[in-house]
Amino acid sequence: MSSDIALQAIDLVKHFSTGSSGFLGRATNIVQAVDGVSFSLPVGKTLGIVGESGCGKSTLARLVTRLIDPSSGSVFLDGVDITTLSGKALREMRRKLQIIFQDPYSSLNPRHSIGQIIGDPMRIQGIVNKANEKAEVQELMQRVGLNPEHYNRYPHEFSGGQRQRIGIARALSLRPSVIVADEPVSALDVSIQAQILNLLENLQKDLGLSFVFIAHDLSVVRHIADQVAVMYLGKIVEVGDSATVYNSPAHPYTKALLSAVPVANPSLRNSAKRIRLVGDVPSAIDPPSGCRFRTRCWKATDLCEAVEPPLQADATGRVVACHFPEEVPVSVG
Amino acid sequence: MSQDVVLSVQNLTVVFHTPDGDVVAVNDVSFDLRRGETLGIVGESGSGKSVTASSILRLNNSNTATTTGSIIVSGVDVLTAQDSEVRRIRGSEVAMIFQDPLSALNPYYTVGKQIAEAYLVHHPRASKADARGVTLDMLKKVGIPSPEKRIDEFPHQFSGGMRQRIVIAIALINNPKVLIADEPTTALDVTVQAQILDLMKDLQSEFNMAIVLITHDLGVIAETALDVLVMYGGRIVEKSTVEALFSEPTHPYSWGLLGAVTSLGTSDRGELVAIAGSPPSLISLPAGCSFNPRCAYALDICSAQVPLLRSVGTQGSVTACHLPNNEILTFGRKAASR
Amino acid sequence: MFMFIVRRVFFALVLLLAVSFFTYMLFALLPSDPAALTCGKNCKPDVIAANRIRLGYDKSLMEQYWLFLKGIFAGRDYGAGAAAFSCGAPSLGYSFGQHECVTTLIAQTFPVTVYLSIGAFVLWMLIGISTGAVAALHKGKWQDRAASIFTSIGVSLPTFYIGLLVLFSVVIWLGILPFPSYESPFENFPTFLRTMILPWSVLAVLSAASYTRLTRNGMLEAMNEDFVRLGVAKGLTTRIVLRRYVMRQALVPIVTIAGLDFAGLLGGAIITESVFSLPGMGKMSIRAVVESDLPVLVGTTMVAAVFIVVANVIVDIAYGYLDPRVRVK
Repeated sequence: MSSDIALQAIDLVKHFSTGSSGFLGRATNIVQAVDGVSFSLPVGKTLGIVGESGCGKSTLARLVTRLIDPSSGSVFLDGVDITTLSGKALREMRRKLQIIFQDPYSSLNPRHSIGQIIGDPMRIQGIVNKANEKAEVQELMQRVGLNPEHYNRYPHEFSGGQRQRIGIARALSLRPSVIVADEPVSALDVSIQAQILNLLENLQKDLGLSFVFIAHDLSVVRHIADQVAVMYLGKIVEVGDSATVYNSPAHPYTKALLSAVPVANPSLRNSAKRIRLVGDVPSAIDPPSGCRFRTRCWKATDLCEAVEPPLQADATGRVVACHFPEEVPVSVG
Repeated sequence: MSQDVVLSVQNLTVVFHTPDGDVVAVNDVSFDLRRGETLGIVGESGSGKSVTASSILRLNNSNTATTTGSIIVSGVDVLTAQDSEVRRIRGSEVAMIFQDPLSALNPYYTVGKQIAEAYLVHHPRASKADARGVTLDMLKKVGIPSPEKRIDEFPHQFSGGMRQRIVIAIALINNPKVLIADEPTTALDVTVQAQILDLMKDLQSEFNMAIVLITHDLGVIAETALDVLVMYGGRIVEKSTVEALFSEPTHPYSWGLLGAVTSLGTSDRGELVAIAGSPPSLISLPAGCSFNPRCAYALDICSAQVPLLRSVGTQGSVTACHLPNNEILTFGRKAASR
Repeated sequence: MFMFIVRRVFFALVLLLAVSFFTYMLFALLPSDPAALTCGKNCKPDVIAANRIRLGYDKSLMEQYWLFLKGIFAGRDYGAGAAAFSCGAPSLGYSFGQHECVTTLIAQTFPVTVYLSIGAFVLWMLIGISTGAVAALHKGKWQDRAASIFTSIGVSLPTFYIGLLVLFSVVIWLGILPFPSYESPFENFPTFLRTMILPWSVLAVLSAASYTRLTRNGMLEAMNEDFVRLGVAKGLTTRIVLRRYVMRQALVPIVTIAGLDFAGLLGGAIITESVFSLPGMGKMSIRAVVESDLPVLVGTTMVAAVFIVVANVIVDIAYGYLDPRVRVK
C-alpha cells in the first residue's frame, strides 16, 4: 500500500439481523447495510461519500472508524488492518482516526464541561498531562473559533454551530491524520454551515488532514470534496474526482440524483430536464438481484437483472458499476 | 394568472410568554396571497417563519402566546373568529402540512381512516362509503401505488416519501384555497423531495390552489416560488419576486444567504461567504435592526432604530434596511452574481 | 402474531414451572421442620413422625416436589389406611394448622380478594385518569398543583397508616360506618358494601396517585406531538382530538401498567385486608407466616405468581394490539 493513501477500505460488508420468527425466534431479516464497499483516501484530500437514506453511508462511517465491527472486509490505516486490532493497539489507532458526528445536540455529553469533552481524550491517551491540559484545550478551542474563556461551560450553553465546533475540536484533540465526518453540517442552518465548511477546509490546509466526508447534500459535497463516491443500497455505484462525477456522471443514479437537486436560479426553472425516479428505494433486506438500481432505472434490461455490474473503469475512464453507463455530455459546463 | 386575494395577513405579531421572559417570535408580519400563487418564506432557525405558518390556522397555544394583528381568510379574521368558525376553515379552506412525515400521522389509525376523517369533518352528511371512495381517489392522485391494499395499512408501514404524500392527501382532500407547507421536504431525500415538489406543483395547478411554502432551502424557493419573504429575527427583512431575489437581492442578510449557499455548479474551491455570528436569541434581540451585529455594512443608525420596510429598485422589492437605495442595489447585484 | 402468542404462552408455562420449583424448594429448605409444625406445641415425637410419613415429608426433596407438581393436576392422597385423606385436583398441599386442603382454603378466601381488587381497580382508574386529565388540561394552574399534591401524598403515605387513620376517623370517631365485618355479596349485599367501601377507597386513592401522574405526563407528551397538531389543523373538535389522538396515545402505557398492578393485587392486598379484617388471601397469608403454615404459603405464592405471569402475557399481547407499530409481523 503506497504511503500517499491515508485510509483504504477493502470489500467492507456489514449485515444486521433484525426481526424474528418461528418458535425459537431465529433472525429472519438480514439487512445488508453495507455490501462490499472499497475506497481509497489519498493523504491530504477529501473523499465525499453521498447517498440517500438507507444507502449505508452512516454504517460505513462507523465501520471505517471501528465503532462497529464489519461482517467481513478490512480497513487499512497506515498499512495496518485496523479490523484486526484490539486492546492497546486499537486504542492507539484511535489517535490517528477520528470521527465527527451529525447531531451537535446529542453527540456531546451534556454533563461534561467543554474543557472535559475536549481534554479528556488527550489526557487519557497521554498526550498531555494535568499541567498543560488546559492550555492545550484552549489552544484547540481558539483554533476552531471558540472563545477559550468558555472552557468551563456546558454544551447547552452553546448554539448548534458552536457545538459542532466543539465536536471538531474533540476530534482534533488527538492529532489524528484522518477524520471521518458523518453529515457534520446537515443539522445546521445554511449560514452556519458555511462557517463550518470553511473551518474544515482551513483545518485541512493547516494540519494536512485527510477527510472522509459523508453527506446527503450533493452541493455541500461538491464544494468540499476532491473525490466523490456515490452509494446506493449498500454499494458504491460510482467514484471519481468531483468535477468528473458532477459534470459528466456515468451512473444513471448519479445523474438522477444530480438532476433532483433544486437549483438556486429561478431562470433555469423549467429548462433543466429533471429525471423523475419512480418509486421508492427498495428494501435493504431483500435487494434486487443483479444491479440494485435496476428497479428504478429507465434503461434497465434483462442483463441488469441477471448480472451485477462490477465497479470498474468504463471506456471513458470513469469508475462506475453499470452495464450501460451514461455518455459524457458533448459540451461540459 | 391569479386574481383574488385568498389570504391576507396584516401586522401579525406573536409573543410567547416564557419563564425567562417574553419572546417576540413574529413581529409585524404582513403579506397577501392570491389564488394559484406560491409565496415562499425563507429563514433560518428563530426567524419566525414556522410560527407565522401555525398562526394562520390559529394553532398557537393561547395560554402561552399572545397573537395580535389580523389574518383574513374568505372574509373571516381567523384571530378573532369563533372557535367553530376557525374549525370550519381548518382543513377545508386552509390546510397545512408539516415537516416531519414520520411524526405527522396518528400511528394508531390506518391511513385510510385518517384521510377519511379529514373529509368527514367537513362533510358530516357523507357516508362512510363515500368517504372511502374519495380517499381512494386521493391516494391515487398523490401517487400511492396499490391504493386499495394500502388504504388499510398503518403509517409506520410506509416510507417517508409515501407518508408525506399521505399528509398531502389529507391536506388536499377538501380542495382548500390555501395550502401551508412548513418545510415539507426538509426531512426527505433529495430524489423524494423532487417527487414531492413536482406533485405539489401538479396538484396546485389542478386545484388552482395558493401555497405558502416555508423553507430554508434557497434552491427549493428558486424552483417553486413566485414571491418570496425573507425573515430574520421574527421580522420580514425583504419581500420580492423570486427573480428579483436572485438577481438583485435587497437586504444584507439575503446577500449573506446567497453567498453561503453551496451549489452544484461551484467549480472553484473558494471560501464560502459565511455570515459571521449566529442567528439571534429571540429573548435578547439586538437593539435596532436585529441583523446588525452580523452585518458587514452596518451603520450607526442600525443599532439604534429598527428599519421599516420600504420599496427599493424597479422590480417591486421591499426591504427593511437603513442603507441608501443605490448602495443596496449595487451590493445586491454583486452578491447575486457571485 | 399467532406465533408470537404461542411463543409467549409457552415461555410463560416454563416460567410458571420454574416458579413452582423455586417456591417449593425455598419453603422446603427452611430450617423449620414442617412435620413438627403440624400439631402445635405439645407434640409427641411419635405423632410428629407419623405425620411426617402421612404428609410425605420423609421423602427426598425432589420426590416431594414431584408429588406436589403431580398433585396440581391429579390431586393428592395423603397417609394410608384409616387416616388417609386426599385433596382433589388442583391440590396445592394440605394445611395441618387449618386441617384443610390448601386449595379449599384458597377457594374460600380468594373471592374476597377478587372483590377487593376489582372494586379498588375500577375506582383508582377512574380517579387517577380523570385527575390526571384535568391536571394536563389545566397545566400550571391550580388544578395541576392540586393534582401534584394529591400525587405526592398518595405515593408517599403507606397503606397501613392511611388505612388505620381512615378506619379510626370514619368508624370510631365519626361513627359513619360500622366496623367492617365481611359478608358475601350474595348473602348480604348492604353489609358487603358497607364493609368494602372503606378498603376500596383507601386502596383506590393511594394507587390512583401514580396513575394521575402517568396520565398527566402521557397526555402532555402526546399534546406536543406533531400528529396532534395535524389533527387540530384538520378542523377536528377539541373533544375528538383529545379522544382519538391524545388519550389514545396516553392510555397505551397506562393500560399495560394497570394490568400488571391489578394482577399484583390479586395476589392478596395483605395490608389492606389485615387492617380492615377482610378474610381474603392476603390475610390468610399473614396468618400462615405467623403460624409457619408452609403449605398455605406455597399455595398462595403459586397463585399470586400465576396471576402475575398470566397478566404479563396478556399485557404483552394487548400492547401489540394497542400500538400497531409494535405488532409482530
